[in-house]
Amino acid sequence: VTTDHVELRSGAYADSVTLLQVSRAVQAAPGVVAAQVAMATGLNLEVLEGMGFAVPDSSPNDMVVALRLEDDADVATALAAVDAALVPTRPSSGDTTVAPPRTTGSALRRGGPDALVLVSVPGASATVEAMDALEAGHDVMVFSDNVPVAEEVALKTYAASRGALVMGPDCGTAVIDGVGLGFANAVRPGRIGIVAASGTGCQQLLSLFHLAGMTCEGVGVRWALGVGGRDLSSAVGGISTREALRRLDADPEVDLIVVVSKPPAAEVAGDLEAYVATLDTPVELGLLGPGQRDLTDVADAAIRRLGHEPPAWPVLDTGTTGVATGPLLRGLFVGGTLCDEAMLIASEVLGPIRSNIPLADHLALGDDLLVDDHTMVDFGDDALTQGRAHPMIDPTLRNEQLARAAADPATGVILLDLVLGHGADPDPAATLAPAIAAARADRPIPVILSIIGTDLDPQGLAGQLEAIEGAEVHFSNASAARRAVELIGHHEGTVR
Amino acid sequence: MSEMTVVTVGADMFADAVAGQAVDVERVDWRPPMPGTEADLATVATDPRRLDANRRAVEAMLGVTAHLVDVAPASEVLGLEPGQFLHAGPPIGWDRASGPLRGALMGGAALEGLVEDPEDAVALFESGSSVSLEPCHHRSAVGPMAGVVTPSMWMWVLEDRATGHRTYCSLNEGLGKVLRYGAYGPEVLTRLRWMGDVLGPLLQSATRAVVAESGPVDVTGILTQMLQMGDEAHNRNRAGTLMLLRDLAPAMVGSGFDAGDVAEALRFVGGNDHFFLNLAMPACKLALDAARDVPGSTMVVAMARNGTDFGIQVSGTGDEWFTGPAQVAEGLFLGDYGPDDANADIGDSAITETAGIGGFAMATAPAIVRLVGGSVPDALATTRRMHEITLAENPRWSVPVLEFQGTPTGIDVSLVCRTGILPQINTGMAGRVAGVGQVGAGLVTPPAEIFPKALAALAQASAGRSL
Repeated sequence: VTTDHVELRSGAYADSVTLLQVSRAVQAAPGVVAAQVAMATGLNLEVLEGMGFAVPDSSPNDMVVALRLEDDADVATALAAVDAALVPTRPSSGDTTVAPPRTTGSALRRGGPDALVLVSVPGASATVEAMDALEAGHDVMVFSDNVPVAEEVALKTYAASRGALVMGPDCGTAVIDGVGLGFANAVRPGRIGIVAASGTGCQQLLSLFHLAGMTCEGVGVRWALGVGGRDLSSAVGGISTREALRRLDADPEVDLIVVVSKPPAAEVAGDLEAYVATLDTPVELGLLGPGQRDLTDVADAAIRRLGHEPPAWPVLDTGTTGVATGPLLRGLFVGGTLCDEAMLIASEVLGPIRSNIPLADHLALGDDLLVDDHTMVDFGDDALTQGRAHPMIDPTLRNEQLARAAADPATGVILLDLVLGHGADPDPAATLAPAIAAARADRPIPVILSIIGTDLDPQGLAGQLEAIEGAEVHFSNASAARRAVELIGHHEGTVR
Repeated sequence: MSEMTVVTVGADMFADAVAGQAVDVERVDWRPPMPGTEADLATVATDPRRLDANRRAVEAMLGVTAHLVDVAPASEVLGLEPGQFLHAGPPIGWDRASGPLRGALMGGAALEGLVEDPEDAVALFESGSSVSLEPCHHRSAVGPMAGVVTPSMWMWVLEDRATGHRTYCSLNEGLGKVLRYGAYGPEVLTRLRWMGDVLGPLLQSATRAVVAESGPVDVTGILTQMLQMGDEAHNRNRAGTLMLLRDLAPAMVGSGFDAGDVAEALRFVGGNDHFFLNLAMPACKLALDAARDVPGSTMVVAMARNGTDFGIQVSGTGDEWFTGPAQVAEGLFLGDYGPDDANADIGDSAITETAGIGGFAMATAPAIVRLVGGSVPDALATTRRMHEITLAENPRWSVPVLEFQGTPTGIDVSLVCRTGILPQINTGMAGRVAGVGQVGAGLVTPPAEIFPKALAALAQASAGRSL
């Protein structure tokens, strides 16, 4: 028997990622069966209702503390755990009459002239904060997604009139002056500048160039400028891509520009090519999609243009791979572009693949992510991140699906990614390694893992690799996908 | 490593990740905006007129110097006729008027001889025939508390000499049982008659003499000085009052008026610490009027209360009032009075906060922070907090204790909706019941909902103009 305790705290606020961490911490407190601490948004109320909590009338600006306690548990102890988890860890300044800035504009009036602004508030409020940055003449990275395209156009049009750069919206990754923003790998600077419409695509290039740079002088990324996934659409017209190209072209330390994007809209492509032709710096256009090169091919081509032969991308722990006993490939990704790339590669050989980010509409998965077909799931997709953190921060959902896939006898090979870098889970191997071990406990299903990371990443690449057992590890996501396809081709189970 | 600073707004995790790379991080303490304002905020933020419109509104406001040019009856300078009454705040009728406004109207009717006994005025106002009510703001005037102006009352006349625009305010009666707090007893009417018969003509004579001899009195300049002398020009006007007296007293003495009358007038002015408020208010209005009617501007140009409703007007939305229920101030009470005796917020005096002084300049007036129920650190924090919702700093009005930082100037409707920070107003409290007078003083804010209303109108006006 359990008791529910639900309270509203009006005027209290913390961001959603913090509250997810608070909820997780409170769940671990003694006597707590379930806990959800969240702002009372429509979405969160649905989640709370789904958990069986009755929430009183509230506004989205109220914080809800919902606790389900064992009958003999003490509410006060559980609430103390909530309060302890909610205490911010920020350093406080000595003067209590100076409060922290409440808007981006206010912060910029206090900060230095070279400040860069990173916006990750909910999408409905992102434009307002980004405009503060642009009006003060600062570049801005908008991590937030769900920003209406008309607002994106307005932001970028205004930025262009000020010579400022808008990275995003929905820009996951940037490297500015050696500083990683959002989800970014820590890299040794080199002579390459990246313009990326894709976060994890950019991260794959960051880590491949970093690795190659150990033997090829000058190979490495000096700048990675995100532009947002819609920048080369006809609505936006590539405004940020042009500004990013202009900046990289103007930097004498950049010898090669690499552009990573889905193919631009037809009416934008001509303009882009014409603009590229005006630049002094060579540009490697890495367009992703059916019939295009994969990210590793783009990296190889870039390395060749800098006068080096690309290295053989490492593959580790091949000894434990084993043999596929089922006919189906199961791809479970935290990186959207990595999932997309793997699907493009695998579908050439295996045919149609069902996915929540399908290559064609009829291949869309429903609520059940495990069907009797080859499947690839992007756990970073909006529909799977509502009400929870991105899987790069909290991989619980992906790891649960890993167990379901392993339990299905039709599963022949499991394909995974592991993304390191700033912003990501500080120790993803700590949860992934036991999940892989459990998946292989009954039968040694081949697990192919593509790792996106560098030896400078805060998680420690060596330690992460050491912790993972029973998976064949590839540094090239494309290579991992090909290897998985190859193993499915040789599966020894019954033919479907 | 990098010399760069990163300003982060949103998830703390990303700020931590940047700080972990030995980069300076300035974190915005972001909270969700007022409920339901997100879309309007984005529309207004991307209105291409806004930035320049707000810059023009601020420049116009800061460019005004208010000069005292005359003192004259409202019948002459405002064309006010018998039966016409001005009042504080947004428009209101007798039926919804609060106790103190009713009391002041009743006293005003008796002062004008429309009734013998103020109590008889109730029937007059209930009938509505032969009397009319109109906001001071609609006649380029401002009135403290009830703000009732009748034709025979003498008005300060302030002028922006660059444009010739003028604003007006009545003469201050002092504290306690006074008309503007809703009192209408015999002592109130006696004082008002003396002000009409003696004080008004004497101040007119003195002002005209000063104007002729050395030019009009620079009221904006007196405000500059008094803000450095512990006045915030709403609830403390002591230094300002004495500086005005310094400018006018010689001419009052030399006016040829009866020496006894002059002495009584000097004693009255010198003994009324709030006398200068009625010059500070029209000076603020004169500056804010210059910022009116700039299409696309989100700047508040008036905050005013009539004891029932709190209203604001915004530069980009013309003369439209956005109103909500006036709140009861929190603060200290005179004598045996308590919160139950206080009327809701009343008066045009919030024009001082609209212009960046009063509650916005609390940091410069530590002497009165306890009067309004605060502490010195509260006062510093209040002025700093008001910078979060304002567009500019006023270089002429600076606060010594904040390293001479200019006062927070030009309330931005968008910033109020974004931060949920409401303008802080220092105010007097009138008794709820007509005839009581002042019961206390304290701090009050506008009702939050009027800002989303104004924002929606701004968004409506900018629709289709997105960048």
